Parts: sequence; C-alpha cells; structure tokens
Amino acid sequence: MAYLSEEKIKELEIKANTVRQSIIEMLVEAGSGHTAGSLGMADIFTLFYFHILKHDPKNPLWVERDRLVLSNGHICPVLYAAMAHSGYFPIEELKTLRKFGTRLQGHPHREYLPFIENSSGPLGEGLSQAVGMALVDRMDKKDNDRFIYCFMSDGELDEGNTWEGMMLAGKNKLGNLIAIVDRNNIQLSGNTEDIMPLEPLADKWKAFNWQVLEVPGHDFKMINEAVEEAQNSYNKPTVIIAYTIPGKGVKEFENDYKWHGKPPTKEEGEMALKELRDNRPI
Amino acid sequence: MLNPKLKLNPNLFSETVEKVSMREGFGEGLLKAGEENKNVVGLCADLTESTQMNLFAEKFSERFIEVGVAEQNLVTVASGMASMGKIPFCGSYAIFSPGRNWEQIRTTIAYNDRKVVIVGSHAGISVGPDGGTHQMTEDIALTRVMPNMEVFSPCDAIEAEKMTMTLAKTKKPAYLRLVREKTWVITTEETPFEINKAQIFWMPDVGLAQVGIIATGALVCRALVAAKELETEGIKTKVMNLSSIKPIDKDSILKLAKETKAIVTVEDHQIAGGMGSAVAEILAQNYPVPIEFIGIKDKFGQSGEPEELIEHYEIGKDAIKKAVKKVLKRK
Repeated sequence: MAYLSEEKIKELEIKANTVRQSIIEMLVEAGSGHTAGSLGMADIFTLFYFHILKHDPKNPLWVERDRLVLSNGHICPVLYAAMAHSGYFPIEELKTLRKFGTRLQGHPHREYLPFIENSSGPLGEGLSQAVGMALVDRMDKKDNDRFIYCFMSDGELDEGNTWEGMMLAGKNKLGNLIAIVDRNNIQLSGNTEDIMPLEPLADKWKAFNWQVLEVPGHDFKMINEAVEEAQNSYNKPTVIIAYTIPGKGVKEFENDYKWHGKPPTKEEGEMALKELRDNRPI
Repeated sequence: MLNPKLKLNPNLFSETVEKVSMREGFGEGLLKAGEENKNVVGLCADLTESTQMNLFAEKFSERFIEVGVAEQNLVTVASGMASMGKIPFCGSYAIFSPGRNWEQIRTTIAYNDRKVVIVGSHAGISVGPDGGTHQMTEDIALTRVMPNMEVFSPCDAIEAEKMTMTLAKTKKPAYLRLVREKTWVITTEETPFEINKAQIFWMPDVGLAQVGIIATGALVCRALVAAKELETEGIKTKVMNLSSIKPIDKDSILKLAKETKAIVTVEDHQIAGGMGSAVAEILAQNYPVPIEFIGIKDKFGQSGEPEELIEHYEIGKDAIKKAVKKVLKRK
C-alpha cells in the first residue's frame, strides 16, 4: 500500500470536506435519508476511495479489484459521494438520490447501479457476503492478490446474522478479510449502549478469533496504519473498530442520535454547508 | 396410459416399484455438476448427510463450506461466493431455508440477482414423525413471490438429479424443493427432461381427457395411481407433472385446460400461494375453468407416518379421485 505522506493527508482532508458538502446537498435535495452515519464515515470512505482501494473507477468491474461491501446501506450518501468524486459517475448525478428513475436508490441496489458489489439496506447481511467473497479468494488462491473489505455499523451488530458470519470467518482464518465497524455509539432510536449494549465490543470480536484494532475514526494516518496492519495478518480476519463522531463536520449534527435517520432542512443544510466551507482545510 | 413418448418407469404400478429419495438424486446430481464445473460449490448448515450433500463434500472438500446451524449465514455467504463467480448450492431443511432466512434470500440473492441454488429438503407433511415444526408447507408460496427467483419441485429422484445438474447451468437464483421420504421412481434415465417445461405423464388411451390433473413433487405418483383407477371407472384424465413452478409453462397449462375444461391441482403444500395458486392465476386470466385444489387446508402438520398424514390431510389418492369427480360436476 502506498505511503501516506503529509501532503496526501492534506489532500484527503480537503477531499473529505468536499464529500461532506455533497452529502449535505444530496440529503437536502432528496428530503429524506440518513445524515449522521454518512457524515461520520466520510473520512474513512475518502481514505479508501482515494488511497487504499485497488480499483479503477473507469473500469468498475475490473476483475482484480479489491471488493468493498457496504453492509449498512442506509449510509449510501457517503458511498455515492465518494464514488462520484473518484470518477465512477458524474457528480451532478448525486442530486438524483432517492428520486424516481435514479441509479442512486435510497438504499443501494445492484440492478440500478451494477458496479457496486452488493445491494444493502436490511442490516447484518454484509459481513457474511464479504466472508463468502474471502472464502472464494482463499479457494482460488487469490487471497494474496487483493482484500475483501466490509464496512459495517455498530447498531447492526444487534443482528444475529453478523455473529454467524464472524464465527465462520474466524473458523476459516480469513486473513484476506478486513471489517471496519463504524463505532459511533448511536442507532436509530437511541444510544447503542441503551438500546442493546455492545461493550466489551473488542473482546467479543477477539473471542470469535478475530484480530482487533481500535482507531480514532477521523485520523487518516492511524486508520491507514491499522489497515496496513490488517493486511499483514495472514491467519486471522481483522476488525478495525473505528471510533467515529456521528454527524462529524457539522457541530449541530454531531453526537445526537436524532440525526441518524433524518435529512437537514434547507436552512439547516445551508448552515451546514457554510460551516463546512468555513472549516475547509487550505 | 403412461405417455409412451416419455419412457416412464414400466414398473410404476407394480408392488415392486423402486423407491428412492429425491435427496439421493440431488446428491448424485450435485456430484456430477461438481465434476462438470469446478465453479460449483456446496454449502451446508450441519445437515450434510440429511441433504445428501456428503457425496459432494467428500469428493470436493476444498469446495465445500460447513457453516454450522446458521441458515441466515448459509445464504448470505453463498451470495458473496456467487458474486465472485461461483455457483453455490446451499442445503438445509426447507423449514429453515427458505423458511428462517427468507429476507436474506430476498435481499442478498434475489434482489442482488446472484445465481445461488437454495436446496430445501424435507418439504411437505410427508416428513412424518418429526412433526409440524419440521414439515414445511409454505415454501413454494414464499419463494415464488420473490422477483428473480425460480422455483422447482421434482417428482422423483431421477428428475431431481437431472434438475440439479441443469440448475448448475441456468442464470437465475433458484429454489429446489425436495422431500425426505423415499418416493416411487416415476421417470427413467431415458425420460426427456427440459427445464421450465411441464410434461403429460398420463393420458387416455383414446380420445380427449375429461379432467386435467396438475401435480408436483412427491404427490405426482399418487395422482398417477388416482388416474389409473379413475380410468377403470370410465373417467378419462391427463396427469401433468409440473416440476418447474416458476417460470411456469403457461402454454401447456392452457392447452390442458382447453382440452379438459376442468382442472385439479395436487401438492404437498398449503393451498394458499402454492403451485395450485400459480395455475389458478394463469387460468383465471386466460381461460377460466373450474379448479379443485388438493393441498393443505390452512393447517399445520403433526407427527405420524407419511401415509397416515397424507390420508388425514386429504392429499392422497382417494382425495384426488374425489376432487376429480367433484370438478367434473362443476363443468
């Protein structure tokens, strides 16, 4: 993986700010959608789409690409924004989010946007699909050529399907599988530890025979180092628990579960865009 | 008479008719499919022998995944494997798959349009002593309502084997319905098999049939016995084996309805939403004729020997004969 220079980090910070602005614009235009998780994962998506992923936006179905499975499909505004800004489709198209006839469905659908790896929305199903992909690469002896990434939320860890996938990955020692948990501590109707406590979360993954790394979710350098460490694990799947701030980048939206499932109004959107522009790194 | 063109088992109506479970046919078919195509993979949820996937698992251990008692994982992992070019066959009991994991199948296989074959064994009340929890009588309804999903229900072990091998070559997600107990061998290796086509197994020696019996799965043999007995009573019928439930062979169904103007459908499944419903949807829209449905009447199953249950729930030979006579009067 390429070295992450200070200049590159600066570039990524600017890009992430742009991605966040797109997210706000999309959600305001759509009039519905999920704000907090989309903003909170903007740095990680930016780091992946502009630095880590082996992919080719001009040739989206390139066979040798890494696979990125988004499990919690409701944060697709950040997926679509990262894809558009890295060249998969025109940035203008982002404004069609959730509108009739759009390729950018309210939750991702492969039939409409064929170059995503999976449809998603119903929670807890992404990790197992990623496990299936990693098993195939193991079977075909391609597990040294590329990685299978799964982005997932903390709230969806309530789903039993996730733990079934975890067990199977641990059993098969899938070193080519890297999961990233968006640990933002909120879910739709409250804080995760009130709705269904997940802690001690790291211990749970360890008990399922995973390597566990914990990182601050907005520090490009540390996330990048964690991914590198995960890539070097050959006999265990790795989960990176990324401690993110839901709504990150707009003070009004940060750390409040009420922003999990709603979009900004037009006025709130203008306020948010101003704050993002004012804080844009130079 | 048995349709001479189909080279059906000449021993069919004798006391010594061979009985083989469809699961065995599936197991053989999967093994052959695995030999033909290295992309065929098998996944199972702790029921490798029960589903007869052990033949494949032993020969191709590197292409077989044991997921444990975790049916949601079974199909979601299979979806991921399909996205990488594999052709996964997922085995479990029908009650658990597609029963327990229906939404996972919908989202990650049907909605994703990933070619995975869901193999549900132990379908229907003929499971017997295990009782109602294990007797899946809603699976045809559950799977056929799903866009992109195709639904198949073979009539015997030989058809199950041919179907399995064919499903390794088709493009769409599929559900393959199998039953537990040994069933009469109706077809032979020489019987022509074409996926998505219905076949007339029984027909009058001369003249037109008065009633068309459309059957699927383990009850096709009962329909044939009923037809033979009805013939001695002077009632001419045709028996159609409808093993491809979706896509459905609309033309053949309409042809049968136009000839007989009275239809009886036969399945070991709830009447609501099953194969009979699929037939009724076609007839109601194109050529309405009286229909009688043989199937489970909005009840759960219970413990008992298959024969006892088939009689109790009125889905056997006598019930079919009664339905034929009833529908005749409604013409």
